[in-house]
This record gives sequence, C-alpha cells and structure tokens, in this order.
Amino acid sequence: MKNPVYTFEKLKFASFEFTCCEGCQLQLANREASLAEFFSLLDVRTFREISSEKHDDYDVAFVEGSISRSDEIERLLAIRRQAKTLVAFGTCACFGGVNSLKNRYPVEECIAEVYDGLPVESLPVRKISDIVKVDFSIPGCPVAKKEVEWIVVNLVTGSLATLPKYPVCVECKEQLNTCLFDLGEICLGPITRAGCDAVCTTGKTPCLGCRGPADDINFPAFLELVEKRGLSRRDLKEKLGFYNAFEAYPCP
Amino acid sequence: MKRDCSIDIRHLTRVEGHGNIRITVSGGKLLEASWAVVETPRFFEVMVKGMSAERVPFLTSRICGICSISHALASIRALERAMLIAPPPAAETTRLLAMHGETLQSHALHLFFLAAPDFAGTSGVLPLLESQPELVRAGLRLKELGNEISTVTTGRCTHPVSLVVGGLSKAPDKIRLQQLLDMIGERKSALGTACNFFGTLDIPRFERETEFISLHNGATYPFIGGDLLSTDGVRKEENDYLPMTNEYVTEFSTSKFTRCSRESSAAGALARFNNNSGFLHPEAKKAAQKLGLRPICHNPFMCNIAQLVECVHILHDAETLIQKLLDTDLTDIRTPFAPKAGTATGAVEAPRGILYHHMETDEEGKVVKADCIIPTTQNNANIHNDLQALARQALEEGKNDREIEKLAEMLVRSYDPCISCSVH
Repeated sequence: MKNPVYTFEKLKFASFEFTCCEGCQLQLANREASLAEFFSLLDVRTFREISSEKHDDYDVAFVEGSISRSDEIERLLAIRRQAKTLVAFGTCACFGGVNSLKNRYPVEECIAEVYDGLPVESLPVRKISDIVKVDFSIPGCPVAKKEVEWIVVNLVTGSLATLPKYPVCVECKEQLNTCLFDLGEICLGPITRAGCDAVCTTGKTPCLGCRGPADDINFPAFLELVEKRGLSRRDLKEKLGFYNAFEAYPCP
Repeated sequence: MKRDCSIDIRHLTRVEGHGNIRITVSGGKLLEASWAVVETPRFFEVMVKGMSAERVPFLTSRICGICSISHALASIRALERAMLIAPPPAAETTRLLAMHGETLQSHALHLFFLAAPDFAGTSGVLPLLESQPELVRAGLRLKELGNEISTVTTGRCTHPVSLVVGGLSKAPDKIRLQQLLDMIGERKSALGTACNFFGTLDIPRFERETEFISLHNGATYPFIGGDLLSTDGVRKEENDYLPMTNEYVTEFSTSKFTRCSRESSAAGALARFNNNSGFLHPEAKKAAQKLGLRPICHNPFMCNIAQLVECVHILHDAETLIQKLLDTDLTDIRTPFAPKAGTATGAVEAPRGILYHHMETDEEGKVVKADCIIPTTQNNANIHNDLQALARQALEEGKNDREIEKLAEMLVRSYDPCISCSVH
C-alpha cells in the first residue's frame, strides 16, 4: 500500500465469531465516512458476515464472542494455530460478557427451560483467554470503532497499542456530565477502564463496566462510597455481575 | 432429465449468524431441501430471570447486534404494560424515530452489503466498492444516516444507552436534531440511486403462497405495538401472541420454528407491506409502484424491494417526527414508576419482522419469567418450505448445480435472517 510518505503492508486479516450477538463485528462496518480508508489497511482473508471469500492464510484474527460449545473450542484452537496475533474482540471475548449470566444456573436447567428437553449441547460460558493465549484485548459492548481504528493502525505500523489505564470517570468529567452518584445512582465509572468516551454516562445511564477494571483501582474505597451514600447492595451486585468483567472483585 | 445433485452449504456467508443449506437430488427426484440453524444458544430467557426491570432492556438489547433498539423497546413496552407505566408523548416520538434509524441502518446493511453482491456477481461489498463505487457510496450514506438517527435518539447506534423503562434517560439534543433534518434532505438523492439500481435487477421469478404476519394499528405504518394481523385473516390483541406463533422445536435446528394457520408463515418487510401498504408515505407508495411491488406479493425475493420501499417511507416520516420533536418542549421525557407485579407482551416491528417480548414481574419489579420470539424464528419454517419449492422449480427449469446453489443462497439472504438473534 502506498502513501505519499509512508509504505506499509496490509494486515492479512480474518474475523470470527462465537457465542455472541455479532454487534462488535458490525462496528467494523460503521463509521461509514472512513470505511474505505479503514479497509484499505486490511487484506480481508475471511469475514463471513460480509464476504463469501474464505482463505486460511491470515496473520491477524479478531475473535468475537465467548465459548459455550465443544465445536467452538475446536474452531478456536485452529484459529490460534494459524494466527500470529489473536485479538479478543469485545466484552464477550474478553470477559464472557452478558452470556455469563447463564452460568448462575446448571446447564441442564437452562436447556430444559428453553428447549423442552431436546438434547441441545451447551457448556458453561468461558472467555477466550480461558482456552487459548490472547495477544491483545479490545473490550467494549460493543467495541468503540474509533478505538479499533487506532489499534488497527498500530498493528499496521508495528507499534504497541495500549488501552487507557484510567477509569471512565476521567472521560465523563471531560464531558462536564453531572455525576450519577450525585443523582443517587450506582455507576461503575470510577472503577471501569476508559476508552468509550463515557458514552453511557453521557446518556445519563450508569456505567455497567463493559470494559472491565481500570489499572490499579481502589475497590474497597468504591464499596465504601456505595455504602456511605446508602445505595442498594443488591443493585451494586447486579451491576458488577452484568458483564462478568469484575470476576476478580467479588462484592461481599 | 434424470440427474443427481448434492448441495451442502455450511455456515452460509453474508448473513448474521450460522446456518446451513442442504439440497439433495437423486435420479431427478428431490430427496431433501433443508434450512438448519446451527448457532450456539445463549439462553437469554434464563439470564433475565431475577433481574430488575430497569436493567432488563440493557440485557435484552444484547440479543442482537443489528436490531438492539428493537429488542430494548420490545422489553420496555412489555415491562411498561406489565407495570402500567405510561411514557410521555415526547419519549414515544423519540422511540419511533430511533426505530426508523435502526430500520434504515439494517435495511441498508442488508441491501448493499449482503444482497447486492449476489445481483452484481461479486463475493462481497469490498469488490463491489471497486466495480460500482457510486452505488456502494449511496448505500453507505443511507446506512450512516440510519446510524446517526439512532445515535442522536438513543446515545449510540448499537446497544442503545438512553431508552429506559418509563421513557428516556436523556432527551435528544435539538441542535443535533436540526442537523439530522439537513442530513436527510441531502441524502434523498442516495435513495434515488438505490431505487434506480434495484429497479433494474432481474428478481428471480418464484412464488409460494404463504401467510404473512405483522403488526397492524389501522392508522399508521406499524413499528411499535398494535394488533397482530395475518393475511389469512387472523387478528389478535398484542398480549394474545401465542396463537400467532405456536413455537416448536425441531431436531435439526437450534432455532425454533413457528406456525399459525398453515404449516409456515412469514414476517418482515414484505409481511408489513402486504398488511399495511395503504399506510405508507405517498412517496413510498410511488416507489413501490415503480418497483413493481403490489400487495399481496408472494415472491420472497421481493423482500429486498419491500425493504427499499420502507427506506423511502422512513426518510420522509423521520422528517415529520424530527419536526415534531423540534416543536416540543423536551423536558417531560420520563415517567417515574413504582415496581409492580404484572404480565404483558411488548410487540415491535424489528427490521426483520414482528418481535415479541413477554415479561412477568414480581412486586419488587424483578422479572420472574420471560419469553422472546424473534422474527427469524418465525421465518425459519417458511425458508425451509420455500427451499423445497424453489429446488423443485429449478430442477424443472433445468438449472445446473451452481445455479441452484446460488438461488438457494439468495433465497435465504432475501429473508435477511438474523440467526444469532433467533438463537437467543
């Protein structure tokens, strides 16, 4: 690919999906005004959702979704064998996502409730890194395309992209939003990794932590904040468990 | 001519989710033509149990990455009806506009990214961008407009932020509404480009009579709530959705099948058009006439055209809705509510057809039982039956294996199946 100043190799790119809504892959087709430029960075080898081309000679694989069936494990292992860089793409891939809410019940009970006893296969939901090594994670439900564009450019230039270390609160304050705690709502903004432009809290909806914990969070202080304001412990648990992204921070 | 033919398409491309097509012919006789969904089930009806009503739309929107607004609104409508909450009128107008944005985005994605390559003989939209840049650019401009409408009305184009039980958490910004109005005006020409392209296409000639089911309110082209109407004359109240669907499981598919008066029925743009064409915007009626779409149309390939006609309706109706919001004081947008035990259904017309969420709440406002019936689920049996009729017709017409395979793929794509959504 030629640019007046720089030359670069397109990424030999493939996109795959497992247990999910495919909303993250759909983001790759959004931001239409820059779509042609975005795809000019990629040599799309496989992307079933938008193309009938199927080739197995990719270097970079974006993997969306969580794992909940044995054939998915096989497919994922094959992708890992081929890909030089495997990217966990979206909250389901990074943390299990909302699908993990299923794990509160025995699998047999889920199947009996939904499939009238038909023998449908389903396993407890797992994130991608539970099965294979993940080289890079892009969280978000859905992922933020702007951030994805930046990461792809970094992959093309061979530099190391990093996610913001600071919490959503920083981006929310930048937008001069009223703090949702001051409106009497529990918001996971103080402990969740930024990079989403605080899109939920800007829409006056509490952060549910889809991007997972920020670096070096002070979880006890966060619990104290909820306690001090007299907010509901049940509500806190529901929010922390929503995407399974705060597994490492159990709520007492 | 006695002939053999074996078509086995695993994980059909250019559709959302995983489905397989199989056609087997031996000695000139059709042995099998089937449509099987092999998507991994997620069990949303189980996940939602015990969750507080206010959180539920944020969970159910995650059923689908393309029609998340429809899912959020179906849950919200079910919960508001169960707990007797009346959202303010400005919130209702904003929600309808949000549906318009999602439908436009979804139809443009389907028409240009998924369906058009078949007609143009390319493997996908990227090569099409090189061979017919003007056409793809028109599609992208429409899709971008749809996404922008959704973003202005709900905070984000996928997985809405500000649609909540009781109304909206935040009103749309009037400056951005005004900009939307300008954007719609600019993009009507893209709609013209699309109509010209799809108007010249050779739509496969295939008809199989079936029953079309959609919402119907007797006053407007339906998107949110109303009666359930079928072209076979069945009419039910929204809560009485079970006789319209009669969901059942089959051994070869993880997505369920449904039926009403016949062995299968269809939902989607064609069903909405067949039941409600009189309520389209005059410009959309004109487009339908020009594109040769008349009710009751039994050619499933014409679903593409019905979607395009709906895009015309949406662009014009969105202008009216935006003007209405600009003329309204947008301070009353959310009705406070107390949790309450109740049961109700919320039905909306998602881009791919009628979507039902049925919810039961307890006194604390927690969901104790949920049932979600997805448009693609309602189309599975119809696709399956269509494939058999299409294979027979193609054999009679002496089509070769490759032609039959392409027709079968195009047939399934014309339903715009949302497979991961149907295996929720």
